[in-house]
Amino acid sequence: MECGIFHTTYQQDMAFRHTWMEKARLVLLLGFIIIFPFVANRYWLTLANQIGLAAIGAIGLNILTGFTGQISLGQGAFMAVGAYGAGIMANRLGWPIWLTIPAASLLTAGVGAIFGIPSLRLKGLYLAIATLAAQQIIDWLITHWTSLTGGVEALVLRREANVVLGVALRGDRTFYWIIMAFAAATTLFTANLFRTRVGRAFVAIRDQDIAAEVIGINLFLYKLLAFATSSFFVGLTGALTAHYRGIISWERFTIETSILYLAMIIIGGLGSVSGSIYGAAFMVLVPAFITNVGRQFQTTIPAMAQLLPFIQQGIFGIVIIFFLVIEPEGLAKIWRDIKSYFALWPFSY
Amino acid sequence: MDGASERGIVQMAVENLVLHFGGVAALAGVSLEVYQGEILAIIGPNGAGKTSLLNCVSGLYRPTEGRITFEGEEITRLSPHQIARLGIARTFQNIELFRGMTVLQNLMLGRHIHMRTGLLSGGLFWGRAQREEVEHRRIVEEIIDFLEIEPIRKKVVGSLPYGLQKRVELGRALALEPKILLLDEPMAGMNVEEKEDIARFILDINEERGVTIVLIEHDMGVVMDISDRVVVLDFGRLIAEGSPEEVRNNPLVIQAYLGQGSGAYTL
Ligand SMILES: Nc1ncnc2c1ncn2[C@@H]1O[C@H](COP(=O)(O)OP(=O)(O)OP(=O)(O)O)[C@@H](O)[C@H]1O
Ligand SMILES: [Mg+2]
Repeated sequence: MECGIFHTTYQQDMAFRHTWMEKARLVLLLGFIIIFPFVANRYWLTLANQIGLAAIGAIGLNILTGFTGQISLGQGAFMAVGAYGAGIMANRLGWPIWLTIPAASLLTAGVGAIFGIPSLRLKGLYLAIATLAAQQIIDWLITHWTSLTGGVEALVLRREANVVLGVALRGDRTFYWIIMAFAAATTLFTANLFRTRVGRAFVAIRDQDIAAEVIGINLFLYKLLAFATSSFFVGLTGALTAHYRGIISWERFTIETSILYLAMIIIGGLGSVSGSIYGAAFMVLVPAFITNVGRQFQTTIPAMAQLLPFIQQGIFGIVIIFFLVIEPEGLAKIWRDIKSYFALWPFSY
Repeated sequence: MDGASERGIVQMAVENLVLHFGGVAALAGVSLEVYQGEILAIIGPNGAGKTSLLNCVSGLYRPTEGRITFEGEEITRLSPHQIARLGIARTFQNIELFRGMTVLQNLMLGRHIHMRTGLLSGGLFWGRAQREEVEHRRIVEEIIDFLEIEPIRKKVVGSLPYGLQKRVELGRALALEPKILLLDEPMAGMNVEEKEDIARFILDINEERGVTIVLIEHDMGVVMDISDRVVVLDFGRLIAEGSPEEVRNNPLVIQAYLGQGSGAYTL
């Protein structure tokens, strides 16, 4: 039974997981992720893939909004840059997936940094409006630059683009591994980032930008860096989605997506890496659950069919509000509370 | 005035600094020199321009006229982060800490300019990045010991009482290993015991680390006790300069304080 945590070296103190409980939980989680595709059916696999993709994008947005304090309504557009970037590189340049994914993510990082320039002058709602402009400009380019993007028609990726060393990467199960690997790497990278110099500087900018400058942080550089890093992961989600689905349409990347992702990190927990993942899971699983329950009703009461989408949206909204009211700091906080309750259980008082 | 040779080397010089806010002249032509290794107190009634002067030095305000040099180099037009790198650190009158972060993280941020880990090596957290964290953590722990804040090192700063927050802010400035430390009312709102602690820290920082101190303070008792030299600002002008004794007996100074009609700053 532990009654507190003591460390003898700074390395130990800096480690993510201190107690055997935490380590055991990590092993359980990894075990689950590895066993899952062998027991899950196709429906559950697609849900897991959606969660993984959303988690990468949510971590990306959280880097910018939760950790650095810069609101962005351009998430959808940056995802589009990643997706269309990968699609166009695959179709026009004939690049394979292992090249398009990093290249499209880097491209998005660059585009994000450019649209981050106004953040030097604008804060809060004003910055939100500036990023909204980014969203509109990119949306407009995609739907109007038909020769490059296919416009409002969907862009279909060459099938050969998914071939690596003669192996075709296709299907939910294959992409499960790809997505989970990227999600794990993103999680680890971001967690590390925020226990080292650059990540700390991001948080400093969020908490007190004047003090951040006065201790030697170059605000301009670091804000752009935050936009670039964030957009990289958002672009990664877009690029992975493009190759996973094999088809991209602009409707997937509108302002609605931007807002959905904001909701995701608010529900999960602003400025929390694990919270981003909880938020992603929440936003994928709750609507899926509501849809399933709805289907049950539909068979018993056929008249419900037309109302169903509205009822689903309404319930989704209510659930979000409910969670925000009981814990404004998000699911990550709820989970922390549960953990700390049981850490000293049964002697917790 | 005494000769410069007697006082030592000029580390920082402010020449004819003018700063306007609309119609208000926060600084109306201030010139002063800061000598290497001294403790200089800046006093003056409310609104005299003391904070504005520090803000000009740290690059937060752009003076309309005049120039500031540090170790012979002009810094008037540099941005705050460049000025920090030259070895000028400060604290704020209204504590400006990173409230959502722990004491440790706040002090580690004070090490920012001395660290090198970038985005990629930080995210990968391999070898060098990890070693650098440990190395600077050690330096930060020394500061924590020095300021006697060991028990709160993992506390989130926003949850700490005011007096401790002031101490943490001093620690963060110290973590920059500055050549000159600008302190804007570091003891304001503290009780006698807390003030004594801070005064002791300031003296230690000055003597043991050889850091020049520029201190804004309203408590004349403290000013008399710890400063080598005092300058007095009133309505954006420098009205007196000298040893604590000289300044205390200067009729202009007495008048400036009396004019304010407040008993809070008895000389
Ligand atoms: N950012 C600002 N905008 C407008 N006016 C300002 C600003 N900063 C300072 N002033 C004005 O400049 C003058 C000097 O203010 P300053 O804060 O430098 O005084 P101070 O000597 O530090 O006073 P105190 O002892 O109250 O801290 C005041 O009249 C103040 O109202
Ligand atoms: Mg002031």
